[in-house]
Amino acid sequence: MMRGLLVAALALLSACVPQLRGTGDLGVVVERADGRVLVVESTNSTALATVSGLGDLSHAALVYSRDARYAFVFGRDGGLTKVDILTGSIAGRVVQSGNSIGGAVSQDGSLVAVANYTPGGIKVFDTATLAPVADIPAIGADGKPSKVIGIADLPGRKFIYTLYDAGEIWIADLTDPAKPAVTKFTGIGKLPYDALITGDGRWYLAGLFGEDGIALLDLWNQDKGVRRILDHYGKGAVALPVFKMPHLRGWAVAGNEVWLPAIGHHQVLVVDKTSWKETARVEVAGQPVFVMARPDGRQIWVNFAVPDYNVIQVIDVPSRRVIKTLEPGKAILHMEFTPRGERVWLSARDSDKVVVYDTETLEQVAELPASKPSGIFFTSRAHKTGL
Amino acid sequence: MRLGRAMVLMIGWGLAMPAAAEPSADRRIQLREMVAQDCGSCHGMTRKGGLGSPLLPELLSQVSAEGLIETILEGRPGTPMPPWKSMLSRDDAAWIAAYLMGDVK
Repeated sequence: MMRGLLVAALALLSACVPQLRGTGDLGVVVERADGRVLVVESTNSTALATVSGLGDLSHAALVYSRDARYAFVFGRDGGLTKVDILTGSIAGRVVQSGNSIGGAVSQDGSLVAVANYTPGGIKVFDTATLAPVADIPAIGADGKPSKVIGIADLPGRKFIYTLYDAGEIWIADLTDPAKPAVTKFTGIGKLPYDALITGDGRWYLAGLFGEDGIALLDLWNQDKGVRRILDHYGKGAVALPVFKMPHLRGWAVAGNEVWLPAIGHHQVLVVDKTSWKETARVEVAGQPVFVMARPDGRQIWVNFAVPDYNVIQVIDVPSRRVIKTLEPGKAILHMEFTPRGERVWLSARDSDKVVVYDTETLEQVAELPASKPSGIFFTSRAHKTGL
Repeated sequence: MRLGRAMVLMIGWGLAMPAAAEPSADRRIQLREMVAQDCGSCHGMTRKGGLGSPLLPELLSQVSAEGLIETILEGRPGTPMPPWKSMLSRDDAAWIAAYLMGDVK
């Protein structure tokens, strides 16, 4: 009797007092068709909570608050939702535009900037309250509004981003949020589709869709302007159809090299980060979409556009060889390494699951059910420039 | 306008393109999925647009059914819209055009 009461009392107590935990092994998986995200943990590979009501997540991206407790989720309906991953609930939500593509949190954690397609431009919000701070339209030198892509944080309260239609790179300085100062680099090339910044915050690379090449800006020497690298990499070869736009982000840097998807060629391009010359190219199974370095830079994992999106290829960096072709499930949309890279999570949209692989044995070690999963984002991104 | 387009497509299947036929029920399931997921990656799952233009009926009604079919099969050079003819037959593309217009479900 006494013992029964004690057990009941303990059960009651544990139900009332939230269990303390850190967020370092937490992450978020987007369930794109349902406007919902899963909060997951990567120590035991389990789902902890489901958060609904995030709107249209067809192409959802997110970034983390400085304390790695909140995820700022950017939706296709222009929604900006602040998700508390510890309580599994929505801490705030604003519909800030017609259509957004991504965003970034400032170095000091105080501001979240959203890059928008419709109307083009960026909007900046207070991370604590989601109160609007600044609205910077993206009108190119041609006088027309432009979609914005490839946004990243820079040291200071600055954001760098690219105008897709106008072919320009802009830096917005929000040191004084009431008077944002914008620096513009025009004529960078045709149809920049996405961009990345290296983890040290020095190099910004915008991939071009409208021509072969990458626009490169040295942020430590901005007076030198934007220059072109990998010019005409597809020269002499017939460009193949690109059934899905590749994605760039600061994960493609392995040691002193940047690994990039070719456009219209089933290749991954390797560029030396000091000379900015192509050092190698690796033939792969299809049009690369994500080309991601394991955190130690020893392996590159590549997924592909439809119709080759049921395979993943693993490239060994030193030998530049594809060492394994995996078939983890149907329609692999995204990959994310655990913070130190011992495992990688893969979203298999048409298999309705997330699959976890050991990156040394290249064997599957776990799987989680998820409805049409797309992006996977671990909290280790919170402390990296450009992620 | 919508009725007119549906008529044009029906005539297309019946007369102007004698070889044209509505895709099988199984194929239609695949095509709906392709529109939602693969077209959706650029045009949005709700077709309100993204990097690609919106695909809402009121906008598509400004182009001909044949133009839509050509765009699906051949792409739009100079833009990221790729030619889908390696994955879609003309019948598939005609059905997708009608599906986007709301003329078939």
